[in-house]
Amino acid sequence: MFGDYSIGDLGAIFAMQGFAGLILFSVYVLMALGLAIIFGQMGVINMAHGEFMILGAYVTWMTSNAFQSFLPALFPGYFFVAMALAFVASGSLGMLVEWAMIRRLYKRPLDTLLATWGLSLILQQAYRSVFGAREVGVELPDWMMGSWQATDSIQIPINGMFVMCLTILITIVVAYVLFLSRWGKQVRAVVQNRVMAGAVGINTEKVDRYTFGLGCGIAGVAGSAFTMIGSTGPTAGQLYIVDTFLVVVFGGAASLLGTIASAFTISQAQSTMEFFMSGSMAKVLTLLAIVAILMMRPQGLFALKVRK
Amino acid sequence: MNGVLMSDETEKGLKSPLRRQLLMGMAAIPALAMMPRPSFGAGPATSAVNTTGLAVTDSEVTVGILHSVTGTMAISETGSVQAEKLAIEQINAAGGVLGRKIKYIQEDGASDWPTFAEKAKKLLVNDKCAAVMGCWTSASRKAVLPVFEQYNGMLYYPTFYEGLEQSKNVIYTGQEATQQIIAGLDWVNKTKGAKTFYLLGSDYIWPRTSNKIARKHIEGHLQGCKVVGEEYFPLGHTQFNSVINKIKLTKPDVIYAIIVGGSNVAFYKQLKAAGIDMSKQTLLTISVTEDEIDGIGGENIAGAYACMKYFQSLDNANNKAFVSAFKKMWGEKTVIGDVTQAAYLGPWLWKLTVEKAGSFDIDKVAAASPGIEFKGAPEGYVRIHENHHLWSKTRVGRAKADGQYELIYETADLVEPDPFPKGYQ
Repeated sequence: MFGDYSIGDLGAIFAMQGFAGLILFSVYVLMALGLAIIFGQMGVINMAHGEFMILGAYVTWMTSNAFQSFLPALFPGYFFVAMALAFVASGSLGMLVEWAMIRRLYKRPLDTLLATWGLSLILQQAYRSVFGAREVGVELPDWMMGSWQATDSIQIPINGMFVMCLTILITIVVAYVLFLSRWGKQVRAVVQNRVMAGAVGINTEKVDRYTFGLGCGIAGVAGSAFTMIGSTGPTAGQLYIVDTFLVVVFGGAASLLGTIASAFTISQAQSTMEFFMSGSMAKVLTLLAIVAILMMRPQGLFALKVRK
Repeated sequence: MNGVLMSDETEKGLKSPLRRQLLMGMAAIPALAMMPRPSFGAGPATSAVNTTGLAVTDSEVTVGILHSVTGTMAISETGSVQAEKLAIEQINAAGGVLGRKIKYIQEDGASDWPTFAEKAKKLLVNDKCAAVMGCWTSASRKAVLPVFEQYNGMLYYPTFYEGLEQSKNVIYTGQEATQQIIAGLDWVNKTKGAKTFYLLGSDYIWPRTSNKIARKHIEGHLQGCKVVGEEYFPLGHTQFNSVINKIKLTKPDVIYAIIVGGSNVAFYKQLKAAGIDMSKQTLLTISVTEDEIDGIGGENIAGAYACMKYFQSLDNANNKAFVSAFKKMWGEKTVIGDVTQAAYLGPWLWKLTVEKAGSFDIDKVAAASPGIEFKGAPEGYVRIHENHHLWSKTRVGRAKADGQYELIYETADLVEPDPFPKGYQ
């Protein structure tokens, strides 16, 4: 299969292919981080995760329109404002949902699955009623389009690099918040022993609400970033939800490191195989491999050691 | 509560004689406005035009509209619903069908194929619809087809599709595959000198069948041309970087793309981000209409070619009237794609057929369909073939940054529909 290509061509392709894998990796991590926090720390299976992402995408779209009409001079920088707004919007909606629905269901984990699935349907229809059934096109500032010419034959898409930087940044912030900050310690205390944490004076309800809000807020930022690579429509969130759960479950639910490792494995496998066979077959093989590994390691790649 | 208050007010108002007169005068205004409108009920006797118990009265006839207005497919089907309602309104304004006003019952297929079948049955059995305009995906059409054949209904199906089907109970107002593919490939081969083709598609029946026809045509009918790659992606796929790398490596003359839905957006954005310049790389698609460009963003796809039978920018009197009526009804910002126009043809073709047959009976309408001409079609002129598909022209347009296509080429004659093409299966 390589017979027809020159060595230089091949080198360039492998470089670009490696980069394609890295971009996919960043996308997966960004998708899964919010869910990993909610699922891993709180045990809530949030089926509406994709819809929180799309809320972020719609916020980005509205921000882009607002900047175009009122502040055209600042348009090149609107994306950063949009991401902040997306975080606030999705995060607030998340906290509202936690307060109105999720907190009543903590003792019934399977019911949260149904409840959040219902929520996802409600949100989809709400988007459809508010923004219309058609997809909207989010206009990007020029500097984010196009590619960076590393050498003659190697081009790296700029929006891909943007997603990568964003992913690294958010991962670092999340890791800091969860592992080093005071609030992170409270979260982990509540996860390990809710009653005891309450007894030492931690407001467990508040911790729950902020954790859920943080997870949803990150989903919103992810959605905002994905307007660069995907579509924005009422049901677009459904495109992401399966991959997201795959990454989180494969990585081991409670582990941030696991999520990252699993995103890396899946994305590299997927993009390498896609190069050698068709997209559909690559997906089938990836899924088969994951099923096989999960049969051997039901707890996922990384799991907290707990006494049973 | 509100209603009580209002009637109190009205009563008080009516006590003054002057106000009373004024109000009565005002009440007559709508009646005046009605005057120039056609009066219905002057057509031939119902017993003569409806012998099978359809929902036809002396002044009204009921048709069904069956599309998804919720669920994934709502994105695509909204335009069809809008076009059908516009056509029905225009037909009513012009006097209706056989002197009867068209009344429609709209049902939601909810992007779910069994729901389509169930609603189709409801429209035919309970509502006795004289015709149904509906369906979009092939899957939904396949789901309702047995229902229409069993209960003898008439379906006007608007979408371009893979062919390999023909039914007494369906009129296909969109193109079947060969009408959309062959002329486009011939054009790109002749004018661009294209020799190598890379075929891409979403992974389901329409792109696969279409690419199969494209491959047979490229390898069997175009001199010295070959297919250098063929790939399919799951519906909803959003990562195309790997295949874009492969395209860069194989450097095909033409990328032939049949990617649908949300994947489209990802594909064209990534193509642009990867530095593939559409002014140098020819890309021909049969799946991106003006509707899809709305989501993709014109600047991401500018320069690509699409092979369709209709573009919103077509320069003829029919189309100008159609576009302005459509925008007047649905808003200045709406765009009209190929399928929306095909959906608009449905009610009109049905009206013309019923009037030729002199009857609403399904059997008579089906028998009268071949040969029906519609000269007012926005795409120009169409005629129904014996196989219930339409004769229509094939056109190639080039996408512009404002989201419209610029017409580049059209076939000189109408292209014959051939749902079972010999040598292409």
